Amino acid sequence: MRGRRAPLALAVVLLTTFVACSTKRSPSIVDPKGSEAHTIAGVWWLMFGLATAVYVIVGGFIIVAAVRGRGTKEGRPSRVRDNTFVWVGGIIVPAVILVVLGAATVHASNSLRKPETNPLRIEVVGKRWWWAVSYPDQKFDTANEVHIPVGRPIEIGLDSDNVIHSFWVPQLGGKVDLIPGQHNVWRFKATKEGTFRGECAEYCGLEHAKMNFLVVAQSAASFDTWALRHQQPQSEPASQLAANGQVVFMRAPCAGCHTIRGTTAHGTIGPDLTDIGSRLTLGANTVPNTEGYLSGWIVNSQTIKPGNLMPPIPLSSNDLQALVAYLRSLK
Amino acid sequence: MSAVTAAVPVPEATAPTKGEGRPTPWWGMACLIMTESTLFAGLIGSYFFLRASSKQWPPPGIEEPKVMLALIFSFVLWGSSIPMLVAERGIKRGNERTLRFGLMGAWILGAAFVAYSLYDFHELHFGWRNNAYGSIFYTTVGLHTFHVFLGLVMSVVVQIKAWLGKFSKERHVTVQVYAMYWHFVDAVWLVVFPTFILSPHIK
Amino acid sequence: MAVTDVPSQETHGEVDAEELEEIWADAPGVPGFFSTIDHKRIGMRYIYTAFFFFFVSGLMALVMRSQLAAPNNHVVGPETYNQLMTIHGTTMIFLFNTPVLAGFGNYILPLQLGTRDMAFPRLNAFSYWIFVLSGIFFFASFLIGKAPDGGWFGYVPLTDKAFSPGINLDFWGLAIVFVGISTTVGAVNFIVTTFKMRAPGMTINRVPIFVWSILSMAFMVLFAVPAVTLAAGLLELDRLFGTAFVNPHLGGSVLLYQHLFWFWGHPEVYILFVPATGMISMIIPVMARRPLAAYLWVATALIAVAFISFGVWVHHMFATGMPVQAMSFFSAVSLIIVLPSGVQFFAWIATMWKGRVRFTTPMLFGIGFLLIFLLGGITGAMLAVMPFDWQVTDSYFVVAHFHYVLNGAVVFPIFGAIYFWYPKMSGRRLSERWGHISFWLMFVGFNLAFFGMHILGFLGMPRRIATYPSGLGWDDLNMISTIGGFIFAVGTGVTLINWFHARWWGKPAGNDPWDGDSLEWSTTSPPPEYNFASIPVVASRHPLWDQRPLPTASSTGDEATKSLGPEGAEHHETPETTGLDARPQGTLDLPHPTYLPFLLACGIAVFFVGLLIKAILVGVIGAAALVIALTWWAWRTEVDLA
Ligand code: HEA
Ligand code: HEA
Ligand code: HEC
Ligand code: CUA
Ligand SMILES: [Cu+2]
Repeated sequence: MRGRRAPLALAVVLLTTFVACSTKRSPSIVDPKGSEAHTIAGVWWLMFGLATAVYVIVGGFIIVAAVRGRGTKEGRPSRVRDNTFVWVGGIIVPAVILVVLGAATVHASNSLRKPETNPLRIEVVGKRWWWAVSYPDQKFDTANEVHIPVGRPIEIGLDSDNVIHSFWVPQLGGKVDLIPGQHNVWRFKATKEGTFRGECAEYCGLEHAKMNFLVVAQSAASFDTWALRHQQPQSEPASQLAANGQVVFMRAPCAGCHTIRGTTAHGTIGPDLTDIGSRLTLGANTVPNTEGYLSGWIVNSQTIKPGNLMPPIPLSSNDLQALVAYLRSLK
Repeated sequence: MSAVTAAVPVPEATAPTKGEGRPTPWWGMACLIMTESTLFAGLIGSYFFLRASSKQWPPPGIEEPKVMLALIFSFVLWGSSIPMLVAERGIKRGNERTLRFGLMGAWILGAAFVAYSLYDFHELHFGWRNNAYGSIFYTTVGLHTFHVFLGLVMSVVVQIKAWLGKFSKERHVTVQVYAMYWHFVDAVWLVVFPTFILSPHIK
Repeated sequence: MAVTDVPSQETHGEVDAEELEEIWADAPGVPGFFSTIDHKRIGMRYIYTAFFFFFVSGLMALVMRSQLAAPNNHVVGPETYNQLMTIHGTTMIFLFNTPVLAGFGNYILPLQLGTRDMAFPRLNAFSYWIFVLSGIFFFASFLIGKAPDGGWFGYVPLTDKAFSPGINLDFWGLAIVFVGISTTVGAVNFIVTTFKMRAPGMTINRVPIFVWSILSMAFMVLFAVPAVTLAAGLLELDRLFGTAFVNPHLGGSVLLYQHLFWFWGHPEVYILFVPATGMISMIIPVMARRPLAAYLWVATALIAVAFISFGVWVHHMFATGMPVQAMSFFSAVSLIIVLPSGVQFFAWIATMWKGRVRFTTPMLFGIGFLLIFLLGGITGAMLAVMPFDWQVTDSYFVVAHFHYVLNGAVVFPIFGAIYFWYPKMSGRRLSERWGHISFWLMFVGFNLAFFGMHILGFLGMPRRIATYPSGLGWDDLNMISTIGGFIFAVGTGVTLINWFHARWWGKPAGNDPWDGDSLEWSTTSPPPEYNFASIPVVASRHPLWDQRPLPTASSTGDEATKSLGPEGAEHHETPETTGLDARPQGTLDLPHPTYLPFLLACGIAVFFVGLLIKAILVGVIGAAALVIALTWWAWRTEVDLA
């Protein structure tokens, strides 16, 4: 009957879309770039096989059973006893499959999130609606962008001082919640270089949708240079314009909410801006970090990210120009 | 579907039973008690969950609840089940007098317990806003006390009916159901008391 | 077996209907409306009210879908979106699914048991009024533009005063506690009715599976609802009175709330699902023209689910970073709970296998249910695998899973049940032709709308996002999903219209349009207020198939049997039978119409309003009304029922 073709055809169509979509563009969990994501993708493909089998077979049973009796008066008899159906289809076969799934669960979860020697420790604190990132051993802070060396064990400590958030980088692994009053740790390894989209996966209020971030997995060498640069104190503004910008920054309310290492700006309400010039995005991965967007953000971030906790800040065009120049000079 | 003849001869199916079963209100109250118990179980679970997730219990600055007086009045409450049983028995035999005085006795003991609880809450040197310990303490113990209080209110209605002679050997489902509720409230204290008054002393 | 109608005198005996009407009829007009305690009127109201909420919150879903149709869309802003999302979820679970099933239970259960009303008709009316008033209470927030926005499970601390200072969340928290009263009271009623009011001879192993499913549901309610009452209750204590249950700074725990919520939350999804399978277990055998296969196994499965469902709640908290060993246990139990469903599944297959299936509209919805629930269940089993859940939890994969089970495995049976039972309720049939059209629109629309969501989850789309950027490969799938959502909606609309059309112009149904096997088909359509003039005697699991003509009991004079015959109906009584083997045991005088339930419900409503607006006086007034009504109730007990 038609009932069979409808869903199956549909499934085929959508599965092809699936393959089509799972290009590099999507932060896809079946495009793993990290140890945990690899293992889980493995579990998935196993389950996908089983599930397809179960669906096709059981679905087939449903259709056949439905049409079997057609044209007969009392329905077609069958040697299979009712209880045999129930026992075999409903208990024995599923039980076997479930044992497999159970084994997969135990095996996978035991191999994942285990402490390892000499990990790189990173502290991430969930804010509304952005991420404060710090490297306790290297002693520097940044925001909305996590740099990690490929191959080295990573240990990300996750905390929140407000509501619950959840740290998710689909291509690297599963989620771990950031829960106020509880310190969670996520341990994993990146296996490939690349820049991966991260998201807040626990509903955290108004701008939950725009609380994203980037994880930059790079070679050990380039990571070290990156980290080293961040450990240096900020060099004095190069250009005159930038120097004026710094003055503006300290005069305008900025400094009250933002920190720039090596200056008098120690605000903690907003992201650390010490390296804002070298970051890829603004507003927790809401817009790319271009000159235009930056000035747009400063003048009125509410148009870009309605309801975020940074107020619009009216500045004369000169001040703004200087300020932007200054911020972009911060590498 | 070939028409099968009745598996059981009809007369037998309709043959009335000996031994009377329980009235529907009894079943209703039984169900109510089931969910109410779950409610208290939930609160007690929460108590231990909060305790487990905190370093010091009770929190700094709060000493363990005093046992002596609480214990005495606990027995007063538990004791109130006895006159209640007497009252039930009485009306089952159609004896309205025992019913009236049984109910009254239970009421007095219950009232004594409520009075004590109010006094005790008054004495407590911490509020329910200070910390989670205070919150769960006041909420659970308070909820139980409120149940006893409700029991007293209902008892008034039942007693008036008793004095007006509205109950008889045959018709006394209200008494039966009310007594169930009363025993239940006492039983709850059998768990709440050790949890909230005694367990903090066990370190 | 030939299609035979049960001649009505079989169940009505030789009594003049007019006289009975006199005795049982409600007062006409408004008084009757507020004082009725007839389980059939109440059941219908439950269904209509619940469907109203279904369409409202469905429309909200359509707005959400329009917003998500394209990247960076501006149909609604994040604030509105979050409110719609919250109301949609809360309404569908609390104000549509739970009550609509209670409605069918209310209407059908006493008929299937062969009794003249529920065990506590007044409590029955009471639980309906509570349901309506709590619904109004909840939607008031929307009407005054202060809709809650904490998501349907309102996780703290987001929903605590500190982060949601407005009154919005108080509407939500109090409504949860409020509607819980209705669900609980209803459950008590179902349990007692099932155990004490079955027709003589309907031993416990002869009750229709639908009754078993309602029973299983009711027991889950008794033990689950207190947990959500606590979750929301403690949250409200914090919000209204400043206690510290969920405040980490004062020793409160954020996870405590999650544990309490999901301890109810998981059983709840089976509370919704189990009665739906009960409906399917009624429809499939009738349409396949043979008894349900493995009756005892199915009944056992229903009970088993009720038990196991209390041991899996942590599978909603796999990402909270608890010890892996502890979580593995819940992972395992979540897998085990597959088995009862498997049993039911193959019982249905076996039933069709040897029967001859009639592709009527109810059956189409039945088959649609099987094909959809199969997928929803399988994805459920996948989610139970903890490491996999770490990846897909809180992603659209979960949204896909629970729409396949909630919207597919619960809504499809409910639509089937409308086509199946509405003829009994109204005496008129819905159009089969439009039924088929509606089904295909819904079935295709449904899969278009929700299948793609699995993939979106894989492509890393988190749930509860008000908008998303382009270029992530999410755009097409979301567009497809939106289109599907609208097709589904039109499908439901077709049934809606079909339904109203049938109400006035439908073909007469007769007593037994489907050639059914259970007692509800033996009385007239619509049934008289007293259901059965004389109570049928049951000697089989399928009385209307095996007992021809259907024998009816008559009084043998003694106390236990005096209400079996027509004279019982004349005295406004109904028989009380023993718990297991359903032998006549006594007589219940059914209470007469009364305003008590309505007043009591209003008292409670006023009380909650008092809490909401923190007006002691209002609260006190409500409480007072409550006490008065209760006292009156207790006062009249001996008068109204022995
Ligand atoms: C009607 C409601 C309903 C039903 C019936 C189910 C059924 C199941 N659900 Fe679902 N679930 C929900 C409603 C429901 N669920 C909701 C609303 C949520 C989300 C809440 C939220 O976060 O908002 C949720 C979320 C949810 C989660 C948490 C996901 C997350 O948030 O991370 C999990 C994890 O274990 C889960 C598991 C299961 C399982 C194992 C079943 C099983 O009962 C399924 C068993 C059935 C079958 C498997 C099909 C028939 C069986 C066979 C044909 C035998 C052969 C099959 C196999 C061997 C696999 N569900
Ligand atoms: C029974 C439960 C149920 C049902 C039936 C539905 C039905 C639908 N749901 Fe919903 N949904 C939930 C329960 C349910 N949902 C829950 C619990 C959540 C979680 C909320 C949270 O995260 O907190 C959720 C969340 C949810 C989301 C995710 C929101 C997010 O995470 O951001 C989405 C997104 O697409 C969605 C969509 C839909 C759609 C399109 C339908 C469609 O089926 C609706 C179809 C529309 C109608 C049936 C009514 C309108 C129809 C008419 C008016 C007829 C037309 C009239 C004529 C033609 C005359 N739902
Ligand atoms: C009241 C506090 C406050 C003030 C004043 C303030 N900001 Fe912000 N700022 C924030 C917050 C909060 C965010 C994070 C918003 C988000 O992403 O949700 C932010 C984000 C930013 C960002 C983007 C950082 C990133 O990585 O996403 C920049 C750049 C920025 N602010 C610059 C400025 C400048 C320049 C000024 C002064 C002209 C300023 N801010 C004044 C609070 C403030
Ligand atoms: Cu942070 Cu969602
Ligand atoms: Cu669950």
